[in-house]
Amino acid sequence: MDAEKFEKVFLTLSGIMLAIFLVALGYAAIGFGIGLPSRSGELDPSKVDSTSPFDDPGVHQVGPNHYEAVLIGQTWSFLPPRLEVPAGAKITFKATSRDVIHGLHIEGTRVNLMLIPGQVSKITYRFPEPGEHLYICHEYCGQGHHAMFGKVIVTEGKKG
Amino acid sequence: MSTPVVHVTNEAFSLSASQRGLIRWNLYIGFIVFAVAVINGLGQALQYADINILQYFPGMDTYYQGLTVHGVFNAIVLTFAFANGFVALATARALNRPLHHGLLHSAFWVLLVGTILAASAMFSGEASVLYTFYPPLQAHWAYYLGLALLVVSTWLTSINLFVTLRDWKREHPGRRIPLLAHISVCTYVMWDIASLGIAIEVVGLLLPWSLGLFKNIDPLLSRTLFWFTGHPIVYFWLLPAYVSWYCMVPKQAEGKLYSDSITRVVFLMFIVLSIPVGFHHQFSDPGVGSKMKAVHAVLTFGVFFPSLVTAFSIMAALELGGRRRGGKGLISWFFKLPWGNPALAAQLQAMLVFLLGGITGLINASYNLNQMVHNTTFVPGHFHMTVGTAVALSIIGISYWAIPWLKGRMLWGRKLALFQGWAYFIGVLIFARGMISGGLEGMPRRTAIMQAPYDKPTWDLAGILIAVGGVLMFISAICFLIVIVGTIFAGKRDQNPEFPYTETIQAPSETGWDRHLDKFWHWVVFTIILILIAYGPFFLQYLPARFLSPGYEIF
Repeated sequence: MDAEKFEKVFLTLSGIMLAIFLVALGYAAIGFGIGLPSRSGELDPSKVDSTSPFDDPGVHQVGPNHYEAVLIGQTWSFLPPRLEVPAGAKITFKATSRDVIHGLHIEGTRVNLMLIPGQVSKITYRFPEPGEHLYICHEYCGQGHHAMFGKVIVTEGKKG
Repeated sequence: MSTPVVHVTNEAFSLSASQRGLIRWNLYIGFIVFAVAVINGLGQALQYADINILQYFPGMDTYYQGLTVHGVFNAIVLTFAFANGFVALATARALNRPLHHGLLHSAFWVLLVGTILAASAMFSGEASVLYTFYPPLQAHWAYYLGLALLVVSTWLTSINLFVTLRDWKREHPGRRIPLLAHISVCTYVMWDIASLGIAIEVVGLLLPWSLGLFKNIDPLLSRTLFWFTGHPIVYFWLLPAYVSWYCMVPKQAEGKLYSDSITRVVFLMFIVLSIPVGFHHQFSDPGVGSKMKAVHAVLTFGVFFPSLVTAFSIMAALELGGRRRGGKGLISWFFKLPWGNPALAAQLQAMLVFLLGGITGLINASYNLNQMVHNTTFVPGHFHMTVGTAVALSIIGISYWAIPWLKGRMLWGRKLALFQGWAYFIGVLIFARGMISGGLEGMPRRTAIMQAPYDKPTWDLAGILIAVGGVLMFISAICFLIVIVGTIFAGKRDQNPEFPYTETIQAPSETGWDRHLDKFWHWVVFTIILILIAYGPFFLQYLPARFLSPGYEIF
């Protein structure tokens, strides 16, 4: 068996495969703008209720077809437990935690954030279709963790 | 011409009864905690199908208490105890000399005390913080101290390996390190550097905080230190299995390992690339820049490379064996391998499942694609095929020859052992299929899904598959424990038990560049530079720490 030759071919193909995957990821990140949460501000977790924007949780219109959805994770609920947003609109989610680490995943979407006390989590998303999605705390946060969820109602958006 | 991966002398290899006993007891501790962990695992798997047996578990008040036990016992105690025993044994065999007795003793007792401390905190319900123990959830100090001691036991074991290697080198100046010793030492060198993150987190922050020496903690900083260790720890789980796959399995398959130097390079690559990749566990975290996340994503693809090399090298070694046994064709040699040897069969099954484990791991590592699966059951679906099978089933397979070797008895219940491997193999595939499909439908991980007020109809089938697969895995684990207990007490005496080790077709070169592969320090320097590049910018930007979060005991 000419292992040395096969080995070279196999390793080259492995390298090419990984490179193709990375290019695809880079294209998705830059070409489609599918980014990850980054550094988006900090706050004192004991002063969540008096720190903007968390002094007013909920959905607010901030521009034409642009909304901000502000959420607080706390043991063991989301504030607010229900969001209503129009389909097709740009939604900027801003979220934080009041106490321990929580998670926020809107199932069926790529809105998937960790909520860490002291940090602001931010991500932008457009719901393509009207419908309903659960948002679920997906990080263990104590004995009532499984009770922590909410619901997004995506309404018929403006045409065009 | 072929070269054995161990140092061969005229005298047969033997270890004193007390060293064999200590190594055996390391493994026994692993098996005992494994037994407790899989009982919890059964209850957890069944709750996905709305079957609640957890209520009958004595002393287990919440789902999360049992989940903490399942994670800590399987992923930390079993793996550490096994590595400390098996990798030390491999090093002794490779160098054909005994280990340092005092260090072997102390590593064992420190591991035992650490296990008891962590267990007492978990069973008293004061440490239901899971095995990631993210603050500001605050466990009892005994939990943190216990975990710290478990890490100390691995450090003591690494000192033992270094001392044994130094003594061998003094007696054999200028000789290449035998391959089996090289990769065994690499495993612990990697872990020594990698474990610094968790050591700083636990000893510097969590332990004094839980003792009340200071009131507040920085959750993001602690979490980042945790993941500094949290990714390379998977290689500390995996590399002992790789040690067996590279240097023992080819022998059991009647083949040979092809390349000496490629094997050394693979393990050195794990030292260099395992650590600067931790942010891929924090892709969804705020407070960490997305550019640094991208750097870690690229490096993660880099650390996938040595595993691809491994896939090739092991496959080639197996193919040699299969063809020597009369196997023909592109694939059919695979079925000619000695599948009747339970020690080999379990490890072959572990490798097959690991192919899927690797692919799902690549999905997790894929930067923005991770957003679809992060913290869903996709993740435990993935890691039950890696640590939960590639590692666990390899530990089982290795135990099928190592316990007989250490005990001087033949394996008891060979057919039961063969059944065990297949039951686990089929079980984990069903289990992981459920976890993965549920995760793609948004089912959250580490959640008592049966008690949750929300539900999705698409999770039902996933839950049933998880339960069915989990039951098979549980039955398999019990069979394994029966075989081991049977071997210890009822195995036939064996005067000359075999210690499997392979030969390499390509000999280690005595001259030239190859000799740098034996100088671990060169690679450690390179590792440290890469860590500074990967983590330096974050810490420079982030520090000083934000001690703003008080502890919460809400479990």
